[in-house]
Amino acid sequence: MNMDQVLQTFIVESRELLQDMEASLLRIESETEQSESINAIFRAAHTIKGSAGLFGLDDIVAFTHVLESVLDKVRNNELEIVSDLVALFLLCGDHMALLIDHVESRADALDVDKLQAGASLLEKLSIYLAAQPVAAPQSAMAAAHEPRVETTGGGLVDNDNWHISLRFGRDVLRNGMDPLSFFRYLGTLGEIIGITTLVDAIPTAEDMDAESCYLGYEINFKSEADKVVIEGVFEFVRDDCVLHILPPHSRMGDFVQMLSDLPEEDLLLGEMLVRCGTLTRHELAQVLAIQAQDSVSHDDTTGEPQKPLGEIAVAQRMVQPEVVEAALEKQKQVKDSKAKQQQLVRVDAEKLDQLINLIGELVIAGAGVNILARRNGQTALLEAVSTLSRMVEEVRDSALSMRMVQIGETFNRFQRVVRDVSKELGKDIVLSISGAETELDKTVVEKIGDPLTHLVRNSMDHGIENAELRTERGKPAQGTVRLNAYHESGSIVIEVSDDGGGLNAERILAKAIEKGVVAPTQSLTEQEIFKLIFEAGFSTADKVSNISGRGVGMDVVRRNIEALRGTIEITSQYTVGTTMRIRLPLTLAIIDGFLVAVGKSSFVIPLDMVVECVEMSDQDRQALQERNYVNLRNEVLPFIRLRNLFEVEGEAPRRENIVVVQYAGQKAGLVVDGLLGEFQTVIKPLGSLFQHLQGIGGSTILGSGEVALILDVPSLVQKVVQAEMVPTV
Amino acid sequence: MGQLIKHETSGLVADMDQQQYLTFNLGGEVFAIGILAIKEIIEYGNLTEVPMMPDFIRGVINLRGAVVPVVDLAARFGRKGSTVTRRTCIVIIEMEANGERQDVGVIVDAVNEVLEILHQDIEPAPTFGAKIRTDFINGMGKVNGKFVILLNVNRVLSVDEMAALAQVDGGTAEYAAG
Repeated sequence: MNMDQVLQTFIVESRELLQDMEASLLRIESETEQSESINAIFRAAHTIKGSAGLFGLDDIVAFTHVLESVLDKVRNNELEIVSDLVALFLLCGDHMALLIDHVESRADALDVDKLQAGASLLEKLSIYLAAQPVAAPQSAMAAAHEPRVETTGGGLVDNDNWHISLRFGRDVLRNGMDPLSFFRYLGTLGEIIGITTLVDAIPTAEDMDAESCYLGYEINFKSEADKVVIEGVFEFVRDDCVLHILPPHSRMGDFVQMLSDLPEEDLLLGEMLVRCGTLTRHELAQVLAIQAQDSVSHDDTTGEPQKPLGEIAVAQRMVQPEVVEAALEKQKQVKDSKAKQQQLVRVDAEKLDQLINLIGELVIAGAGVNILARRNGQTALLEAVSTLSRMVEEVRDSALSMRMVQIGETFNRFQRVVRDVSKELGKDIVLSISGAETELDKTVVEKIGDPLTHLVRNSMDHGIENAELRTERGKPAQGTVRLNAYHESGSIVIEVSDDGGGLNAERILAKAIEKGVVAPTQSLTEQEIFKLIFEAGFSTADKVSNISGRGVGMDVVRRNIEALRGTIEITSQYTVGTTMRIRLPLTLAIIDGFLVAVGKSSFVIPLDMVVECVEMSDQDRQALQERNYVNLRNEVLPFIRLRNLFEVEGEAPRRENIVVVQYAGQKAGLVVDGLLGEFQTVIKPLGSLFQHLQGIGGSTILGSGEVALILDVPSLVQKVVQAEMVPTV
Repeated sequence: MGQLIKHETSGLVADMDQQQYLTFNLGGEVFAIGILAIKEIIEYGNLTEVPMMPDFIRGVINLRGAVVPVVDLAARFGRKGSTVTRRTCIVIIEMEANGERQDVGVIVDAVNEVLEILHQDIEPAPTFGAKIRTDFINGMGKVNGKFVILLNVNRVLSVDEMAALAQVDGGTAEYAAG
């Protein structure tokens, strides 16, 4: 077992648990039936504490312990969930996250301010604990797990529990193991129902070696884990202890065997079993009786398979069959939920990337085979190849879908942001989320978080007005920030909208002129004016708050989004609200492309953007000198002649085609020589040499082995627009 | 301490100790590049032009699945671009740009041979007269009584510089297109 790896797992799991905890906390106030959430929160805190204990992370254990105590009070209905308490728990969660970050960074000591923050949180928590003194972790351990033997009528054993019998070797302490930490870890796998300590091995004071461990334990343990996992807990001391694990529904014989295996006297041990709740007194009597019988009838053959304890119990009318059935049903449910958990597999993102790269190569190789087969012309071969291509396409799609994640998780993080910021601002704002199931590439999701945070904060700070103004404008006092996502022509669109004051175009323009960003004589469209807020250092906020208003954020937002090959646009109506629309490519690895020819070169246009292809009429070709637009069913369609733009040598062919592309609601035509059809395009980056090249997004390798360039339609159009904007003298 | 210094100067030492050079013809002149930087030599062909780039960037090729830019060395020196003949080759050179490995291909008229040029046979670059930028020249090697220009590939193929030039050139191409 690699310790670093285990610690890493602890960090990852703890973060997930903290996320769950936060989600439950945010949900809990609006729930009528709170117990489920309270339990979830408690479980999260408890598990983190337990795992942290195993690693000896005392900071986390100490802090979480206090939190857990308060949570326990909540769970026992001694404390009521109120907004303040939730806020405090949220802060505690943040602090735990900090502590975990700290563990990950492996720094030596915590910052003083962080320590102080922790101390002040503890102080606040201890108010809720009232006069109860802060107990040491280990005593709390015992307190939290007071033997709660769940007995059914007739004083029967709770058969669902494991029984663990543990005798530490003498050298456990010398080997640097802390017995306590094993129980903490054990606590993370389930619930320690009862535990008794065997102290008989401790010699008299003068004979005792302080460095030796003389302790043994009998543990009644309730858990969904399997035997291997439970055994794993004691991995570090396996060679140095005597360990017996008896599963639920153990046979009487197993107990008999265990009793005879252990050094202690049977009767005494039996007492222990009773005390820790594994067996009732009555059952103990039976076990001992069986043992006695065994030793009489077949001396050495103890441990013969016998009826399960439960069965014996039923046969002897100790339990009603229904009770056993109910217990079995319960076990089945537990198993089912476990099976569901196992359906998720954690995979290293790097492995996934490698797979996708390989599939990219496969797609290219497949295209090569396709070309050869077509040249060959054998029907059977063509058929086989087309089947193969279809399979490759499916493999590609499912490989890519592995990288796709729902945006919902990212959106949900903003519940917290909105809650915190609205408190800070003293505004009543709710977050409404839609389109959470929209999927996009994992790498995109990771990078979109920061820009979204900026936009949401901005909407809350500048967008939503204060309550008086809102009522004056006839809006509900509660402001709404909305996050929405949907797919549109090969891109994902993420909207951040608010029903706030909207952008004041005049004021932005005035400010821009004042700052010299725009010349006073320049006339700008509303869109262009709104875009000014993305300029560096541009803020129309009159006062700078600690949330936004410094004019840094929006500039960063724009750059982050452009780095993802995305765009952002704003629609806004003064006093009504604002919508920021971010448009991002769905994936960064493979796209469906449309192959076109210009001169001798081939170019790929992303297929999702292609609307239709039309032939260019002679009339339009003759008019090329005067105008670069055509009449497409009574619509003006401006076009770009790639031959001219790319300065391709040679004469244009007799026929030219216009590929009509659509992007962000705009249509444009691209004039090309030939249409070569659809093509699965594996995007290959062009490298830093071409980083400033506008209009070309990347390259791909055709089946023939040649390189084709992928057109970046939006930036191509933008480039032409810029070029035409240059005043002609 | 001694190790530290060694480490810092190792690049330079390797450069000075390097004695094997690949010589090639370009516009009638003989040039040489240290063989350590050279990855392979391939036949010219299947080149895809990249529009809106300066002349010295001829395009890209597919090198076993990787897209590699190809530089016309003659055009980079400010001369007339190479014309492709039967003996034209692309020399693939491994570069380091911004901490990333980047392969760059250069077009040469013909590849000659791998030569050993001794330290004492290398003269410093002339301050003028070579008709190419002096910072492109590492030194002048004496081979059979003739001079061979030893190129400083890190300067000649500086990705940063070429990208910057491409940006400037792209700007002017924009006018042409409009």
